[in-house]
Amino acid sequence: MEFDFSQIGPSLPGLAEGMWLTLQLLALAVLGGVAIGTLIALARLSNNRLLSGLAKGYVNIFRSVPLLLVITWFYFAVPFLLRWITGSDTPVGAFASCLIAFMLFEAAYYSEIVRAGIQSISRGQIGAAYALGMTYAQAMRLVVLPQAFRKMTPLLLQQSIILFQDTSLVYAVGLMDFLNTARSRGDIAGQPHEFLLFAGFVYFVISFGASRLVKRLQQRLTV
Amino acid sequence: MSPMISIDNVSKWYGDFQVLTDCTTAVAKGEVVVVCGPSGSGKSTLIKCVNALEPFQKGSIIVDGISVGDPKTDLPKLRSRVGMVFQHFELFPHLSITDNLTIAQVKVLGRQPDEARDKGLKLLDRVGLAAHAAKYPGQLSGGQQQRVAIARALAMDPIAMLFDEPTSALDPEMINEVLDVMTQLAHEGMTMMCVTHEMGFARRVADRVIFMDRGMIIEDCAKDDFFGSPRSERAQQFLSKILQH
Ligand SMILES: Nc1ncnc2c1ncn2[C@@H]1O[C@H](COP(=O)(O)OP(=O)(O)OP(=O)(O)O)[C@@H](O)[C@H]1O
Ligand SMILES: [Mg+2]
Repeated sequence: MEFDFSQIGPSLPGLAEGMWLTLQLLALAVLGGVAIGTLIALARLSNNRLLSGLAKGYVNIFRSVPLLLVITWFYFAVPFLLRWITGSDTPVGAFASCLIAFMLFEAAYYSEIVRAGIQSISRGQIGAAYALGMTYAQAMRLVVLPQAFRKMTPLLLQQSIILFQDTSLVYAVGLMDFLNTARSRGDIAGQPHEFLLFAGFVYFVISFGASRLVKRLQQRLTV
Repeated sequence: MSPMISIDNVSKWYGDFQVLTDCTTAVAKGEVVVVCGPSGSGKSTLIKCVNALEPFQKGSIIVDGISVGDPKTDLPKLRSRVGMVFQHFELFPHLSITDNLTIAQVKVLGRQPDEARDKGLKLLDRVGLAAHAAKYPGQLSGGQQQRVAIARALAMDPIAMLFDEPTSALDPEMINEVLDVMTQLAHEGMTMMCVTHEMGFARRVADRVIFMDRGMIIEDCAKDDFFGSPRSERAQQFLSKILQH
């Protein structure tokens, strides 16, 4: 079998656009996922049985279904839900529905990391925060979470590298991310295998490089 | 005059296990009370009840006229007026010494950052650590960290100070620097409740000594009476054991 990569060069601008969408999706999903995940972690750790039960259920559900299913399901369900809430047709693009799916799905994983981070902070720190007159919210925001996040940053980044790869699942709803762009360009150029090989190479370089950086960060944090 | 802290018939349970049994005592304004007793006797639990870090099920605790057990009491506000110093210092490791001293002044008391900073640095100077303002807790020795922790509590202008074994996690050569700060504080008239096994400190500084055993206050008397002739056998045993060291 002969490979011919000649068409990749001319397609780079288009591929870069796809990568831009992938990275936007990733960044927003990480921010939203960590934010929601933190709220779920706090709910999970709360003394309120109902709240912690709901949080636990949430985590268990999202960790037990395939991401691909969540993406497709949200693609069809989100417009429905919005019509139900707002009463009128509110068009949401594939990007928004994918973003919501990623945020909610990843929040389940991030929440477990954040929960472990919060639990790793000694109870004495919370006691000291309370003794100074801080409320629960202040103790969390000013004392516990900053320390927990510092410890958890490598794990959160590691999870985000997995998410970077998983963003490629958006091909299921036709979103033109990096992989989907590579696929369609490859088909058009008549070099589908070459384009997919190239895409795989790019995913590998970014993921591997990022994960090496995370390892180094981890070492610096533990020193 | 009513006492600054009054503890009346307080009992507390962890599940079926009774940690405190009918504890009654009081600390007058400006008084220094040392709480001692064997490990597990409930000393920490008792002083944590005073600023509501631990709830209790029976009895009442009144701090400066405010009932700690009353569900309507604004607990964060009450705690902001009572200083507490812990065995393991509990400085916030992600914040500089200055920020440790100012964060609660700003976020809890609503002071201006400049004002909080001035106050914090003045207190840091008072505990002899003015040169360390920009450092982080991890860069200080245990004794230094504990002195910062005392300054942090004082920055809130507390009406009373609670100490839970402030020197027991320290290397011997650092104990005195912390006890000196506490002694100075006592001489300035601070109301203090100190859990400590430093009997030298108790002899020099305390007005009264409370001895606890198995969740009960067994002795509660003037310092001279306690060291002169403790009435209970348990306290005698405890004293002879601790003074041997
Ligand atoms: N959260 C808890 N749950 C159950 N039991 C507890 C809890 N905290 C403390 N206890 C128990 O309550 C008793 C009193 O504890 P406390 O810490 O008040 O003792 P202490 O006099 O301060 O002892 P030490 O000198 O070791 O600090 C101990 O038997 C301890 O095991
Ligand atoms: Mg104790």
